[in-house]
Amino acid sequence: MPNMRGDGMRGLAVFISDIRNCKSREAELRRINKELTNIRQRFRTDKTLDGYQKKKYVCKLLFIFLLGHDIDFGYMEAVNLLSSNKYTEKQIGYLFISVIMNNSTEMKQLIIQNIRNDLQSRNPIFINLALQCVANIGEKEMATAFTNDIPRLLISGDTIDPVKQSAALCLLRLHRTSSDALQMNTEWTGRIIHLLNDQHLGVATAAVSLIEALVKRNPEEYKGCVNLAVSRLSRIVTSSYTDFQDYTYYFVPAPWLCVKLLRVLQNYPPPDDPSIRSRLNECLDTILNKAQEPLKSKKVQHSNARNAVLFEAINLIIHMDCESTLLVRACNQLGQFLQNRETNLRYLALESMCLLATSEFSHDAVKKHQETSERDVSVRQRAVDLLYAMCDRSNAQDIVQEMLTYLETADYTIREEMVLKIAILGEKYAIDYKWYLDIMLKLIRIAGDFVSEEVIYDRAEKGKVWYRVIQVVVNRSDVQSYGAKIAFEALQALACHENMVKVTGYILGEYGNLIALDPRSIPMIQFELLHSKYHLCSPTTRCLLLSTYMKFVNLFPEIKQHIQEVLRHESNFRSSDVEIQQRSIEYLKLSEVCTPTVLATVLEVMPPYPEKVSPLLVRLKQKKPLMDGSLSGAGGDESTAAVDGLNHESTHTETHKTNEQLTSSHAINLNQHTVQQQQQNGLLVSLDNESSTDENNYSLASILSNSSAPITSNNFYKQSSLDQQQSSFYPKPNSVPSTLGSKKLLFKTSDVIFENDLLQIGAKLETQKNICRCELYFGNKTDINMTSFSPSLALTGELIQQAFILELRVDAEQIKSTIEPKTQTKQMLTIECLKEFRDIPKMNLSFFYSNVPQKLEFSFPLYINKFIEKVEMDSNNFFLRWKNLDKPGQECQKIFSAKNPIDHEDCSQKLIGFGWSNLVGIDVNTENFCGAGILHTTGQQIGCLYRLEPNKQTKMYRLSVRASKDTVATRLTELLEDQF
Amino acid sequence: MIQFILLFSRQGKLRLQKWYTAQTDKSKKKITRELVATILARKPKMSSFLEWKELKVVYKRYASLYFCCGIEQEDNELLTLETIHRYVELLDKYFGSVCELDIIFNFEKAYFMFDEFILGGEIQETSKKAVLKAINDQDVIQEEELEEKRSVLEDLGLA
Repeated sequence: MPNMRGDGMRGLAVFISDIRNCKSREAELRRINKELTNIRQRFRTDKTLDGYQKKKYVCKLLFIFLLGHDIDFGYMEAVNLLSSNKYTEKQIGYLFISVIMNNSTEMKQLIIQNIRNDLQSRNPIFINLALQCVANIGEKEMATAFTNDIPRLLISGDTIDPVKQSAALCLLRLHRTSSDALQMNTEWTGRIIHLLNDQHLGVATAAVSLIEALVKRNPEEYKGCVNLAVSRLSRIVTSSYTDFQDYTYYFVPAPWLCVKLLRVLQNYPPPDDPSIRSRLNECLDTILNKAQEPLKSKKVQHSNARNAVLFEAINLIIHMDCESTLLVRACNQLGQFLQNRETNLRYLALESMCLLATSEFSHDAVKKHQETSERDVSVRQRAVDLLYAMCDRSNAQDIVQEMLTYLETADYTIREEMVLKIAILGEKYAIDYKWYLDIMLKLIRIAGDFVSEEVIYDRAEKGKVWYRVIQVVVNRSDVQSYGAKIAFEALQALACHENMVKVTGYILGEYGNLIALDPRSIPMIQFELLHSKYHLCSPTTRCLLLSTYMKFVNLFPEIKQHIQEVLRHESNFRSSDVEIQQRSIEYLKLSEVCTPTVLATVLEVMPPYPEKVSPLLVRLKQKKPLMDGSLSGAGGDESTAAVDGLNHESTHTETHKTNEQLTSSHAINLNQHTVQQQQQNGLLVSLDNESSTDENNYSLASILSNSSAPITSNNFYKQSSLDQQQSSFYPKPNSVPSTLGSKKLLFKTSDVIFENDLLQIGAKLETQKNICRCELYFGNKTDINMTSFSPSLALTGELIQQAFILELRVDAEQIKSTIEPKTQTKQMLTIECLKEFRDIPKMNLSFFYSNVPQKLEFSFPLYINKFIEKVEMDSNNFFLRWKNLDKPGQECQKIFSAKNPIDHEDCSQKLIGFGWSNLVGIDVNTENFCGAGILHTTGQQIGCLYRLEPNKQTKMYRLSVRASKDTVATRLTELLEDQF
Repeated sequence: MIQFILLFSRQGKLRLQKWYTAQTDKSKKKITRELVATILARKPKMSSFLEWKELKVVYKRYASLYFCCGIEQEDNELLTLETIHRYVELLDKYFGSVCELDIIFNFEKAYFMFDEFILGGEIQETSKKAVLKAINDQDVIQEEELEEKRSVLEDLGLA
């Protein structure tokens, strides 16, 4: 029998042993059922059970629960134990409630009454049990019931330390779960803040967690904690570890308290008071210095604790973002970690580095570390991922440059991916074509191999980067001379990738004349440069160069002779390669017999490529994400078109043929489009039918798909037409006008968002800060099973515009794939608002109804306002904030006519339903409405203020919205302007 | 804030679970199942941290037991690793070289230890001495109450 502590309830130990001795799952289940029957009977019939026995049985129930079985009785006995005057019985009672009953509503009042008794006990050990129970359960009723008792325990002078600690964290839990039910008296603020100074480190540690949460809620009120936190931190970091006895952890003084203090400070800007600020800087400096000292112990606990504090200090340094020396030191420190043996440290260093890179001061410093070689390829991969992920419009140029630099020394195993990422970023964030060309040529120079054939864009696009470069140059007259110049320069390098020769050859052949006036690149030099590479190149490239030479004959008649010499040369004129030979002979003849006018016509500059040619180009203009891969099939053919035409075709028909090839290869592409188009048309048609009955006329909300309806995959297409015949046995779901979900949940938190003859879908939203929990109810209205039921929420339009910076993150629960007739199934979604968004998500639904595949698509009416939390404020505050938001873009004002009779109550309800507050008594005109809210996104909190002025005479409204972030005001106005 | 702490064996058996946010039993089971599978599949040299849904997960193996904490984005990973270690030290000191069986047979003690060490998902007391004193005080009361019970029984001539 293993070690038993305390009174060791023997019966319990025997039972646990029995379970462990069970040979099979069935045997275990039998033993458990036997025990449950026994306990149930004892509880029901035996009125003489004493406290010890009750405790023992309740404990057994707990054990069974922890094995993963449901326990549905014994609650009453557990609650009875709470009122026992024996500590051990009480303790087990509390444990049972905390573990098993933590979200049941049964006997809530009884439990609360027991807790109240214990909180008022003279015995601190009972008080602590009660506090721990409240902290473990933390529900609204408790917050309401103890809104006075718990803070009183926390700040009272005669509470002993352990109780203070429990009270602080108990209050914290209640604050987190039900802050609205908790009334925090502002008179307590000062005393709570002063707990930071408590001489007992345990009290300070517990209190600082509470304070951090309170600070987040009301930074202004708790501002006083900054000074105290700095001085406490300073006292810890400047002392010796021996000063803190048991609060020193492996030679690190009070690491938990330090980290928390550093966290609290991250809620405020750098302190204004110069003396406090310099004291804080000293602390941070000391922490950075300590990191350089030799380790005091070889144990990992020592270095972990020290580095935990260090990382938190670095977070604070990044947060303050104003002390450049500290930032650079922090960055160097992280650089050191990148070389550390510990995987954990490298991982964390990269994470912090990513944060650092967003700071103005440290961007350069971060750069220095990009070249650090990372031993572990998976961590290195992460480094590239981070660079890639942190790229946005503002830093794209730097990052792409950075990645190019890194690429030069990068491991071969990740080069391919890096090239792809650079190409994507280059295109996605191209600000001007010159920059794009620079990047692409560099890419070719550094990693020519990976830029060439099918390596890059292997799955999504079989395009070749160097074709794209040429296409850009051909189509953009403003970059032609620049393109010629940099291509020419790039070719001057001693060693040069063949792809570079191709690009330069093609560009100079077209636009060499644009740089011919420059003494450094007169025609002869251009020709000689190209020809110096000629013999090193493969036959295909030579063919291309021969065409370039021929173009030179037209562009630069003065070097015609040199070119003719080359063409006449044995190795070309009698080349064993038929293509080279043919070109040489035909080009030579052409140059001899044609008049300059004929030559000029034949060798005219290539016309621009049709815009559809390059998906890359199309996207370059639209700045859309690259990776949707819809063109993969056509890619291969298309890629042979652009330049290979030059290789294969000779003389007269060259230009023509090339174009022809282009068109033909694009025909494939186009066909694909057409197919898609048709399918889309299908969608639109069925939508059009419906939208005639659409009252709101807002957006395409739902499409009911019957047999004639859109099925995106071609295979499906055939299948469905087969199924169509069978389906005639069943009532055919005609295209019933569906209820449209437009702006449905704008003011409400639950509604039916979709309905047709088959299906009804209801949604219930509950938002907390930037997280929206959504319950979807799918109801099968028919008499037949719906199978393979699979709903998914897709992000559209702007939501995926920046492919890698999503605006919403959706986490959907799996649901069973069959919905039985006349029943409902529920799905939970957790939607996180990462960034303010504009376009609403789309719901895609597919299922089989009597063997007919059905597909539905409709807008899911989740608008940005769902992430607004209302804010109450007084009129001074309101107008102060209003005035502060006066930059262009922060305000949006619309005047619109009333759709409904102007009704004060109706407006007020809508505004409150919208999410923000309706502040009464702010505006002098009582007919007007004012209010405020905070829009929560993961990245930031955006303050929003509004004023709505109805004019009953003109039946018009004027709505003004101000928000701390550009575009938000406009968006919110758009949402509301047609709603009154 | 720590969202939950899970202790499970190398065979994937859950030995202890402590939740600091309200969850339904169903979602508790789902989270446990997914995390146990993910962590058991990781190689020994891999980092102790992983991104999981909107949480960060910190784990460490001690002998046959895995200790795993779900924490929030802004929480400190390294310190969480040491929070786990301190808890292991507490168990070790209390049971005297703790093993998996101690935790199975004395699960309630392991829970009491949690409540003295971490409350509402935040560290309450980092001093080993202070936590162990609180637990020992509980044991003393327990002994006394046991004595009391025995003497009552003895008085009745039943013991």
